[in-house]
Formats: sequence, C-alpha cells, structure tokens
Amino acid sequence: MRKIYSKIDYIAGNVITVKAKDITYGELALVTSESGESLAEVIRLDGDNVSLQVFAGSRGIATDDEVKFLGHPMQVSFSDNLMGRIFTGSGKPRDKGPELTENLIEIGGPSVNPAKRIVPRNMIRTGIPMIDLFNSLVESQKLPIFSVSGEPYNELLARIALQAEVDMIILGGMGLKYDDYLFFRDSLEQGGALSRTIFFVHTAADPIVECLLVPDIALAVAERFALKGKRVLVLLTDMTNFSDALKEISITMEKVPSNRGYPGDLYSQLAARYEKAVDFEGAGSITILAVTTMPGDDVTHPVPDNTGYITEGQFYLRNGRIEPFGSLSRLKQLVNKKTREDHRSLMDGMIKLYANFKESLEKKAMGFRMSEWDQKLLKYGDLFESKLMDLSVNIPLEKAMDLGWQILSDCFTKEETGLRTELMNQFWPEN
Amino acid sequence: MANSKGKVIGVSGNMVSAECDSSVRMNEVGYIITGGKHLKAEVIRIRGSKVEMQVFEMTRGIRIGDDVEFTDDLLSVELGPGLLTQIFDGLQNPLPQIARKCGFFLERGFYLSALPESLEFDFTPIAKPGDTVVRGDTLGTVPEGIFTHKIMVPFNMYGTYTVESVVQAGKYSVRHTIAQLKDENGKSIPVTMVFNWPVKRPIDIYSERLRPSEALATKIRIIDTLVPVAKGGTYCIPGPFGAGKTVLQQITSRHAEVDIVIIAACGERAGEVVETLREFPELTDPRTGKTLMERTVIVCNTSSMPVAAREASVYTAVTMAEYYRQMGLHVLLLADSTSRWAQAMREMSGRLEEIPGEEAFPAYLESVIAGFYERAGIVRFKDGTIGSVTIGGTVSPAGGNFEEPVTQATLKVVGAFHGLSRERSDARRYPAIHPLDSWSKYEGAVEPHKSRYVRSVLFSGNEVDQMMKVVGEEGTSLDDYIVYLKSEFVDSVYLQQNAFDAVDAATSIPRQRYIFNFLVKILLASFTLPDKASARSYFNQLRQRFLDLNGAEWESDNFKKIEKELEDTFLNTVKETREELNDIFKSRFTG
Repeated sequence: MRKIYSKIDYIAGNVITVKAKDITYGELALVTSESGESLAEVIRLDGDNVSLQVFAGSRGIATDDEVKFLGHPMQVSFSDNLMGRIFTGSGKPRDKGPELTENLIEIGGPSVNPAKRIVPRNMIRTGIPMIDLFNSLVESQKLPIFSVSGEPYNELLARIALQAEVDMIILGGMGLKYDDYLFFRDSLEQGGALSRTIFFVHTAADPIVECLLVPDIALAVAERFALKGKRVLVLLTDMTNFSDALKEISITMEKVPSNRGYPGDLYSQLAARYEKAVDFEGAGSITILAVTTMPGDDVTHPVPDNTGYITEGQFYLRNGRIEPFGSLSRLKQLVNKKTREDHRSLMDGMIKLYANFKESLEKKAMGFRMSEWDQKLLKYGDLFESKLMDLSVNIPLEKAMDLGWQILSDCFTKEETGLRTELMNQFWPEN
Repeated sequence: MANSKGKVIGVSGNMVSAECDSSVRMNEVGYIITGGKHLKAEVIRIRGSKVEMQVFEMTRGIRIGDDVEFTDDLLSVELGPGLLTQIFDGLQNPLPQIARKCGFFLERGFYLSALPESLEFDFTPIAKPGDTVVRGDTLGTVPEGIFTHKIMVPFNMYGTYTVESVVQAGKYSVRHTIAQLKDENGKSIPVTMVFNWPVKRPIDIYSERLRPSEALATKIRIIDTLVPVAKGGTYCIPGPFGAGKTVLQQITSRHAEVDIVIIAACGERAGEVVETLREFPELTDPRTGKTLMERTVIVCNTSSMPVAAREASVYTAVTMAEYYRQMGLHVLLLADSTSRWAQAMREMSGRLEEIPGEEAFPAYLESVIAGFYERAGIVRFKDGTIGSVTIGGTVSPAGGNFEEPVTQATLKVVGAFHGLSRERSDARRYPAIHPLDSWSKYEGAVEPHKSRYVRSVLFSGNEVDQMMKVVGEEGTSLDDYIVYLKSEFVDSVYLQQNAFDAVDAATSIPRQRYIFNFLVKILLASFTLPDKASARSYFNQLRQRFLDLNGAEWESDNFKKIEKELEDTFLNTVKETREELNDIFKSRFTG
C-alpha cells in the first residue's frame, strides 16, 4: 500500500508541494479534498520536496488534504470499447457509459525512430477541391488549419471527419465551447460516423491542466490503434488553447517567458505532439489535422508561427474558403504524381494565374483602367472562386481537374496559361 | 583514477541535479542509472557538491537517490572509417541498428557504437617502423566506398611519436590495433582505426587556412549566378515557414559538387529526413556513378527527440565534417535548422535560470553561433593537399522576421545570405531566394560584371513594377514596360527552377554560362514592339519557348532544335542583327 501524505506545504497556481520520499518523476497522485478527488502529476523533485500539478486546479485544496501517490505515470485504457465513446481530458467518461479500466497504457511515450519511418505514399481524398487538387492531404501528414475566430473551422473539420477515407477518427477538443462539442457530436452522429470516432473533449469550463492532456491522450490511443493496422485521423481543435494553457501554467511556475509570454519550449512541446503523425510500415498510420486559431489574424503570432515550422504545410481558412496563398501541403508532391500527369502543372499554373488575378483586382480597386489581359484575369478569378474554391463544392479529384481545364479554356488562349505545350495538347478542352 | 559517482537530488524537466563529493569536470558525460537503464547526460553547471546535468533522454521515472556515474570524458564522437552512408542521432547512435533492436520506437538509455567491432576494412600501411609521426599524420589507408580513407594518428595524441610497428596489409576490424606508437617517454601506445574526439573542440590540424575563393557549384542557377557559395565558405538561408528552406537544402545535398555531404537535421520534421533516407540510396551521383548515399552522412535529431541531444547534433555533424576534411576532401555540411539548435540552448538556459537576453535567448548566443560557423574553412595541410568544410545553415526566424536574434547573429558571420521571401513562395516562384535582398561575398560561376548587369535589370524592373502599382499600366511608358517584362522574363526562365523536373532541377555550370550569355543578349536587345499588349504576348511566347528549353537535355538534338526556334522568334522582333548584338555584348563585357 502506498503511503498517504496529509501535509501540503505550498500551494500556488495549480501546483502543490508536499514532503515525500521515494517518488519518481512524472508519477501520478490522487489528491482528495472537500470538492472531490483529482489526479496530480509530479513535475519537480527537489530533495524531499515534491511539486505536483493538480489536474482539477488547486482551488479549495486545504493544507491538510490527502495526497496519495499511485506509483505510475498517466495512463489511459485502450481497447475497442473506446469506439463511439466520449471522454474528458483525463480519460473519464463524459457520456453516460461505464468507466474503462482494463489494459492501461502510458501516454506521452517515446518518439518513433526516424529510420523506421517510410515516405508517405497514400493520398486521403476529401472531396474538397482546394484540398484534393491544390493541396492534397496525405496519410501520416500533420497539417494545421490556420483560421481566425469566427471562421467555420469546426464545420470544415466535421466535414473532413465525415468524408475522409480513413478507418477511424479521434477527436481531441481543447477549450471547446460546449455548443461546439455538441455540434461535433451531433454532426458525426447524423453523418453516421460516431461509431468510428473517439472523443477526448476538454471544454472551456474544465480545469486548464486537463487541456494539456488532451493531445497526449488522444495520440497515445491513436498510436495503439495505428499499430494494430488502423488508419487513424486525429482531429485537434484548437491548438492555440493548448498553447495558452501551456503559457498559463509555465507563467504560474515562474518560468522565464520567451515570446509574448509563451514558454521557450513551445516549439518542442508542439512538435512532440505533432510528430506523433506517422505511417507504420506493415501497420496503420496517424494523420493529424489541427485547428490553430490566429489571434488577430496574425500568422507571426508565436503559436501559428511555431506550428508552421513543425507541420507539413497548412491550410488557411479565410472568408469561409481555403485560401490558395499560404495554404500548402508539403507532402502533395509525393502523391500527386500518381494521380494524373496534369495534376501538378495544372495546380501550379492555376495558382500563378490566380496570383495575377489578385494583382489585377488590386489595380481595379485603385481605379486603374483594366487592360484586356486584366479583364481575362478578372473573369478567371471569379470562375475559380465560385467553381473550385467554395467550400460547399464536393467533387472528386478527377472532376475537379477537368473543371480546372474548362475554366482555363473559358478565359485564356493556350500561350497565356504558361503551361507546357504537351500537356495542353492532351487536356485542353476543344470548345 | 576511479570515476566519480553521485546521487540524484532533484529533477526538473530534462535537468537533473546530483550530489557528488569527488571531482567532476565541466561538460563531462555522466549516466543516471534508473530502473536498470543508463541515461546519458552532460554536466552543465557545478555548484559546490551540487552538479547540474542536462539529460539526453526523457526523465520520467527518475527518483531521488538514483545513482549517477561520471565518465570523465567530454561529449565525444567516434571518428574512423565507416561513417559514410550512416544515419546517426544527435549523439552518433546509428538509428537503423537501433531500429533493428528496438523496433518502431526509440527506447531510452539504449546506445550503440557508431563504428561497431564487426566493421572490417582492407588496410594498406603507409607509415614504417622508425618513422616519426604527430597527430593527424597518415599511418595507412583503407578504401571506404568511393574514397581512400586515411587512417591517421589520433588527433588527441598531442606528443611526438615513433612508429614501433604497423600491421601488414590485410582485412582488420576497426577496433583492431593497427600500429604501436612510442611516445617521448618510451611508452608504447596501441592505435586502432577509431578514436574519440570531443565535439565542441574544432579540429585544428593544418598548416594554414586559406581564403575561400573557388566557387562551389550547387547547380541552382540563382545561387551559382547571383549569390554564389565558395568552398570553405559559409552561408545561411533564413526564411519563413513554407518558403522552401528544406527543399532547397535537399536539392543542394543532391546536386552540389563536393566530395561529401553531411546533413544535420536538427530539430526539424522527421518526415523530411525520411525522404532523404529512402531516396538517396536509389539516386545516382552523376560524378561518381555510385549512389548518393555513398557520399552522405545523416545526423538526425528531429523535433520530437530529446532537446539536449538536439543541441549536440550540429556539433556531432561538424566534427565528422572536419574529420573528412583532414583527408583532403571537400565537405558540405547542411544544418537544418540552426534556429532549433538555438532554441535548444534557450531551453537549457531557461532551466538554469540564467539571465535571459533578447527574446529569452541566452546572452552567449552570438558567440556560440559565430564559433560554429567559424569551423567552416578551406585549409592546406602540410603535404600541400587542400580540404574544406562548407557550412550552409537554414534559419527559421520567428514570424519570418529577419530582425530576430538568431538571424542577426548568423548574418554577422556568414559569407552569403540567401533570404527566402514569403511573397515569392506564395507566387510559387521557386527557389524563393529573393534576388535583390540576398547577397554573397564570394565569386560565382559567371563573371561578376554580367551578373551585376542582370541584377540591375531586375532592379529596374522592380522599380517599374512598384511604379505601375501607383500609376497603373496605362501610365507607364512602353520602354519602361519592356524593362519590366524583361525582368519578369529573367525571373521566370532563369531564377526560377523546377526542382521536380529531371532536367531543370540541376543546371551544370557550363550550361548556366551558356544560357546566361543568351539571356544577357535578350536583355541587351532593343525590341520592335508596337504596344504593351503585343509586348506582353511576345514575352509570353518567348518565355514558353525558354521553359521548353530548360526542360531539354543539355546539348541534345531537342535542345538545339528549341534553341534555334527560340533564337528565330527572338531575332525577328529585334532591331539589331545577330552580329550587331554580338558586338554590343562583346563591347560591354570584355576588356
């Protein structure tokens, strides 16, 4: 039987300190107070002084409350029974189902040996042309959706969850508004995807420390399923809340902040989670799609900035559309050579022209006369935005490419497109 | 002397404090023994009997009172034949071998030797009994892939030695004694093919350091022509995320004309390393006909691997680069990304509760960065041969803002700056090196006055472009408009390069010179174009042809055919004749 300690020396923020012996770093303890029980994790050892981070927060904890060390780090139950279930950030049921205690696994395990990784090779089709055609999502990719508050990012996430060609979905919600949580649950239920989904949801009202656990717990479970051969898509929303939780906790622990109050190891912290995306040779895979809201639409804010350096591209969601500039799937080159020979050239060519369109639009806004070329670009831009960019468009990749050629031929002559001659001979629609 | 021992008295993140009463050396390596595992750590601060160590592994599960063993050695790497083609982590553990033992995941506390006992090489002796040798002198050679690998007197033997015996030619394990050396005191010392060298100490065995003057061909047109890199020089590639830093490094690692490429993937995505890992063994190096892997070493400490080892990884890489330089080879070290390395320093500095400098980076950031880049250089050895280490580091500035400490500290010490721009990458103009902002202090593939001329065209074109944004296209004169079209033309057919096209991906120096001369003639010509619309469509045509030319094999029939068509299209619309143009060209660029 583990010893129970009942003298807390120090309480600050969510951290309590007790005097205890023979404790390991990272171990869990159960803190019992008037308001109930909470788990706590050992985050610092200094001689006999053991500092613990209390998951439910330290509010109401008395100096004579009981602390019982459990002798193991944070764990979560792993089995097929998880399917269709909803849990909190510390793994307790949020639905009315039973608590799961069998087959416990540790969270935040070691990283994958780079030598065991394989080059990603499978595209995940979503039916959204701005993803499939211009920035293909690839199995084992980690991609954030950069967005401003108010954009329909959760709707986009839900739509991808319903349409993406994967075996199962794990949704990690951090600081989620309760309505949003209900939205996800209901839309997945209506779409018939609930039974292949596991939820780990921390809502905005829950204790902040649990927010930090969500990605770890979701990814630990995803990893086990992937090792069993499942192709898992992990959806995380919103990683900015996760980072803010990190900030809050590191400031209360008096760590030196680096940039706008965020801890110096923000990059490593985010990377440790995102790098769990992997394709196991001979088994399944983990693909991560994570929402990162940009405070003030500022991509240089530390959270989107660090994220951008970690992930393999990003989708910008702006005005309800996936913006072609800045949006990038770094892995698309690995899959779009196998789709159709015109895929890459068409993708690049159309974006270059769209960039020109934006310039013409700017000139027009400033009141300059539009040349014939500008007129062509304006027509092109309109068609491009309404037929391909709109998020409600739901067509398979091949249809989207045909549509792309059609738009080009509606607006330009062959020379004006800057595409290779052989490709145009093959794909240019004869009107 | 028995090595010191201690006990753990505190844990915080990846920093462990230990109590130790006997002697401890700053920066020496120690092991924390927990749960039957030895976790490697480095001493980073000593306060009385309290020793603070950064642990190269996850610290979960360590408890107060765990044993700590000190080794008395600084953090070192093994140097010897067999490093090429290998994939190491930041502490020089061979990752594929670890994978074979441990499976998918990196098990902590599991270390393997970089050069295992089982590795054997064909040794040919050079030194003879009675010879007097000092450190760095060649004792013999072994073939390592395409290179002749010199087996040298270990660099950490500082005295003068007499060769007592050398083994006969034959196959030996790298750990086999291949020579006995006698020091001044008559003590006999056995020498194998392998020795250790502390990573943070530069290898300084050469007779003089030279000025980097010979260009290093990367086969990327914009670099070789406008912002060249020299053998033994340094350059940095700062750029916001998504601007193509890593792709640029990958292309360079493939096509650069050097003997050996060492890739240090430092705190970046694992996926990117994997591409190199999987593709290099299949790609042929056109210079040798062997696979690219045979000239490559990869040091890979990706972002999710322990931070302390990330800090060590760039040093591990540069030490191996210097080792191969000692054999008279030209080595290119590509570090991606030095910002992650700087951040690793920042994390440790934060844990040590040091007074933070700008953006919480430690105050010694600049001197550490300078010290790292200064390990590049081209040197002459006492036998007259020349070897070089060229360092190219990417920088990932926070928010893409070059004013931040790491970029600024790097710019102070490098010889070339390849600044990537978000605008160019958004417009898919790859490589996204900004032609006007970037600079280089080295001399490149084409004559400087020609590249200066092209730069001036780009500059004027940019001015016209800025002006057009204000006064509009109709407010711009036809002449100015043509200047603008010319600069756009240079950009799209020469500065931009398609990394995914088999031919266009790498442009040899002769081809660059040839194409560049042609391009300069187009820029010099006066066009007979009636109005802006026709000028635009004409340049579109010209561009189309030129892009087709870029995709054609150098000096093939197809190349010549397209070139002829292109020349005809061009000369038809120019005031000057071919001969007149040649004269203008000559008078401007010769003499």
